[in-house]
Amino acid sequence: MQGRTRSPAYFAMAVIFGLFVLFLYGPMIAIIVLSFQGPDGGLTFPMNGFSFHWFGELFKEQRVGDFKGSFLRSLSMALIVMILTVLISLSAGLAYRKPFRFSGAIFYITVASLIVPSILITLGIGLMFDRLGLDAGWYTSGMGAHLTWTLPFGLLIMFAIFNRFDKSYEEAARDLGATPWQVLRFVIIPIIGPSLVGVGLFGFTLSFDEFARSLLSVGSRNTLPLEIFGMTTTVTTPTLYALGTLTTAVSFLIIGISFAIIAALERRRRQHGSDAGKGMV
Amino acid sequence: MKTQLQLLPLVAILALFLVGPIVIIFVVSFWDYTEFSLVPDFVFTNYIELFESTVTYSIYLNTIKFAALSWFFTLIIGFAIAYFLAFHVRTLKWQVILFLVCTIPFWTSNIIRMIAWIPALGRHGLVNKFLLNLGLVDQPIEWLLYSDFAVILAFVHLYTLFMVVPIFNSMMRIDKAVLEAARDAGASAVQVLLHVIIPLCRPGIAIGTIFVVSLVMGDFVTVQAMSGGQSASVGVAMNHKRALLQYPAAAADAIILLMVVLVMVAMLMRTINIRKEL
Repeated sequence: MQGRTRSPAYFAMAVIFGLFVLFLYGPMIAIIVLSFQGPDGGLTFPMNGFSFHWFGELFKEQRVGDFKGSFLRSLSMALIVMILTVLISLSAGLAYRKPFRFSGAIFYITVASLIVPSILITLGIGLMFDRLGLDAGWYTSGMGAHLTWTLPFGLLIMFAIFNRFDKSYEEAARDLGATPWQVLRFVIIPIIGPSLVGVGLFGFTLSFDEFARSLLSVGSRNTLPLEIFGMTTTVTTPTLYALGTLTTAVSFLIIGISFAIIAALERRRRQHGSDAGKGMV
Repeated sequence: MKTQLQLLPLVAILALFLVGPIVIIFVVSFWDYTEFSLVPDFVFTNYIELFESTVTYSIYLNTIKFAALSWFFTLIIGFAIAYFLAFHVRTLKWQVILFLVCTIPFWTSNIIRMIAWIPALGRHGLVNKFLLNLGLVDQPIEWLLYSDFAVILAFVHLYTLFMVVPIFNSMMRIDKAVLEAARDAGASAVQVLLHVIIPLCRPGIAIGTIFVVSLVMGDFVTVQAMSGGQSASVGVAMNHKRALLQYPAAAADAIILLMVVLVMVAMLMRTINIRKEL
């Protein structure tokens, strides 16, 4: 491991890693390829021609349920959950930098939110809204259900961020007369910005793809994962794969945008960061 | 005052959508029900029926079997992958790139990742074609898809990342000087692994275990989809009762499941301090 030459163990491990990546991505690549199946093609290989036929089927509403509506609902929901996750996690993360009463209890309840089986959340929220005579909807009960899943991730990431945060920057800003708001706006947020984008990425994707916590909590109108799950039992054509390809494309788009923003923020931070060693400026 | 305000949104959401629903489930678990409606009451029949039924025990046994097997495979694979990333990949840049390669599927849909096994494992899928062509089998293997095997495979596929991340985190904190000292003192590679690396990775392993065990114990989607409805888990049984509108029975089920999961997690939590590990 130390020398310049690679040990045999390295190559063995590299092969294992390669197989793991194949295991992770292989099935996904298979359905992406198969979603371009010709009109006469089936659910498995071989490919029977190449077409966009099954993507076309997707947009004929009567064929495969309410794809467009559920997609738009999931997208709106994921965007709102993303924003709320970032704001609420940041706010709670800031609070946790100082000791306070019940900090342990609140932390454990947040972690419990990850551990409590999703079916309890969805069943409980469904029952609660039913008993209170409220209508369950994606923008009320559904949103709450998703936040119980995204906020713990958000808070844990905030802990990781602030554990590595150098407080002397803040102190310097305060010494120079910055108000608490200015410290947050001009010191803390620019430094942790890239990580906040990461929190947002978690918020969006976890909500966009959430099935279990949506089941009984989003009301009568399905979100996309519910629609897809319904299709797994009723649709036996490559339309299912076309839907998988599209959803995955959206996920990859969001991941790509997040990474691009993170890279841009990091670059900016480096440029504006330190002028140490550059002499008097 | 400021601290309270900063915490208010988090606490409010958890109170409304986590604690509230659990309290409701707890209350409803003592209710009675008819074919069409819930009857507020204070009876123990839901719990008594649950504990008197032998089906309950076999379902729990089956769920624990899924959890144990998924835990075993995600741990072995997750540890190997984290080890490769932490100790074999030399530059930080490549560590980050390969780590992200492992992470990206986590940000895509679990349902799609389950569906994605159909072309590979189906009766006419790639694996069966491959085996038939090699002459290893005479006819397609039926148990690849819609079986317990498929359920475990999907769990490992979905949740190995939950092992990789915390174990990798633990490994990256190991001071390389410690490993060197062990080697200088004459430890073989296996001894370094067993007596230095694994003990120092214990917190990471514990966190990964908490994730995998609680996700598998509470699952109903993966078991339902990948077993094709042929295998049962606690979650599937509960969802079935829910679909039959037997909410109080489902609620009693849910409370017992919650207690089982919390006891398991509490035992694991005793070995680590999560906040220090972040």
